[in-house]
Amino acid sequence: MRKAELVTAIILGILSLCLMWKSGEAPAWDPSIARFDNIGLIEGEGPGSGFWPFWLSFIMFICCIWIGINWYRRTSPPSQSEEVFLDGYGQRMLFVVGGGLIGFLIVIYILGFYGAIPLFIIYYMRYLGRHSWKLSGTIAVGMTVFCFFFFDIAMRIVLPKGYLEPLFIPLYDIFL
Amino acid sequence: MDVFISLLDGIMVALEPMNLGLAVLGVVVGLFVGAMPGLGSVNGVAILLPFTFVIQSFTGGATSPMIFLAAIYYGAMYGGAISSITLGIPGASTAVSTTFDGRPMALSGRAHIALVAAALASFAGGTISNIMFTGFAPILASVALSFGDPEVFALMLMAFATFIGLGGDDIPKTIFSICIGLVLATVGFDIVSGEPRLIFFDITGFSHGIRFLVLAIGVYGIGEMLWTINTNRYGSSMTQVDVSARNIIDAIKEFRHAKRGTLIGSFLGFFVGILPAAGATPGALMAYGVAKLTSKDQSSFGKGNINGIAAPEAANNSASTGAMLPMMTLGIPGSPTTAVLLAGMVIWGLQPGPLLFTNQPDFVWPLIGSFYISNVIAVLVNLAFIPVFLWMLRMPFTILAPMIFVLSLVGTYAAYLDMFDVSLMVLVGIAAFFLRILDYPVAPAVLAIVLGPIAEPKLRQSLLFSDGDFSIFFTRPIAGPITVIALILILLPLIKFIKNKFITKKAEQP
Repeated sequence: MRKAELVTAIILGILSLCLMWKSGEAPAWDPSIARFDNIGLIEGEGPGSGFWPFWLSFIMFICCIWIGINWYRRTSPPSQSEEVFLDGYGQRMLFVVGGGLIGFLIVIYILGFYGAIPLFIIYYMRYLGRHSWKLSGTIAVGMTVFCFFFFDIAMRIVLPKGYLEPLFIPLYDIFL
Repeated sequence: MDVFISLLDGIMVALEPMNLGLAVLGVVVGLFVGAMPGLGSVNGVAILLPFTFVIQSFTGGATSPMIFLAAIYYGAMYGGAISSITLGIPGASTAVSTTFDGRPMALSGRAHIALVAAALASFAGGTISNIMFTGFAPILASVALSFGDPEVFALMLMAFATFIGLGGDDIPKTIFSICIGLVLATVGFDIVSGEPRLIFFDITGFSHGIRFLVLAIGVYGIGEMLWTINTNRYGSSMTQVDVSARNIIDAIKEFRHAKRGTLIGSFLGFFVGILPAAGATPGALMAYGVAKLTSKDQSSFGKGNINGIAAPEAANNSASTGAMLPMMTLGIPGSPTTAVLLAGMVIWGLQPGPLLFTNQPDFVWPLIGSFYISNVIAVLVNLAFIPVFLWMLRMPFTILAPMIFVLSLVGTYAAYLDMFDVSLMVLVGIAAFFLRILDYPVAPAVLAIVLGPIAEPKLRQSLLFSDGDFSIFFTRPIAGPITVIALILILLPLIKFIKNKFITKKAEQP
């Protein structure tokens, strides 16, 4: 946990510096404005467009240094903790659940929501939850049918269907 | 008298079949999310916010969707006690202190008394806070009508300062959390100059800004769920509860011993709930502490004292109504859940703040009326369906979790029809999970994302008005004291630190 506290503070510190750099960016359409010209008060216009995000990012950077000092002085609970950041269970959980979510997202781009939803539910319930095929299948199909009728039919919000699009044309003919 | 007539009119609108049905549905959903360990009102409200667009498309206004979400909020406050008592695991953080006496009561075979006491105390807390809300809200809104840009910015500064001074979390992490929320709210085009800001890698998805729903669902639908799966790994055993009609009647009779705790919780909870950084969880903990401190029988607390259940349960309900007060009258949410509700109001085309009472009475009073109705529905549903909720609590998380993940992804897409938002939401959720492990508080960031787009223009307008002179926040009669209080709250941890150092040094001296 202690190592993770420092690494996270460093990453967030770098992020803060990036945000400061990005906040000072001048608009592309006016080359006469130099970087960081927009982070102060502009005559007759008040604070520039970068004023608010720049100084907030600066405060974020200072906070990261503060977190680093607390880490060095061992005053925050994570900096005192001898526990591991993510134990074996946590790593496995992140891999199978977090990885499953990213997989779900990728499958949405290929098979659309209605292909990805049943696959994800069966993966989660059958593979992770060790539920029966009957229960997993029922919930997977039920959830997909509910989403289709709720979004596509009732709300007319067409969810992406990827390569499965042609399969839905007959359903639209029937229900719309 | 005007208030009373407006309230009656509001109650009549809230009793219309559509609104009443939504209140019942909201309360049931709320009771369920409140009872499920790892889920709370904010998860329920954030995940279901995109679905309220359907309600709005049917009813045409913002009143019915808001009644639905407010009913979820109400129900969740009731539901938290069910798992605290029967499983020994708080259904939500707001019900942590209910566990202290609720669990010992359940283990000693008095679970039915604990469940009924929790429901009745919640009802009393809800009713008392609703009356106070109805009395205070119009007055506060009329005072707030005179607020200009510096006053509104000073109020927002105070909201953030309360998190720093009174939040109780790690100070630099809290400030970081507030600032990152405010910075993320600036992504997109600057509304004053029209210049693009923080559009990373020129990805077009950022040009419309990072939407609040993406962050809220990411944090509460994905991040919190991953956190729950990681922490609730060992499971739990449920206490058997005999909820026969006779037992329920006996338990209602027993509730007369919980009057003191209920009153303490109801009044304390309301005022703690108004403070932005406080809300229902500290409100409930404080009410428990005060009930114990003022009791003649302090030793029985923690062993199954009925006042130890009544005080926190009345307080968390009362605080949830209290948190609505600054949201509705000043446009400043008092808790993460009210932050989501506020964002919902903006999405539905309303402008939260003092003008809401003047310009949108057709929205405000039915909503306030629905608080009363939802409170009655919640106590009835809670008492009548205790066995159903106990049955639902046995549902394995491996069935509930994938459904929540699916609803989070589908809901995010349905809100804006943008797959970029869905991808960003998943990434935000995973990042929130890591930050949560390292004690970075997420509530201030959520509040900051909502308030950021309001706070920045107010600051810029104020400074434009004063020619860049920051003294405008100190010299005006209302903004001045608020800014000073905010600065004191920001400096409070430093004062405490110096005081502690001084005391330690003094103690070390021979």
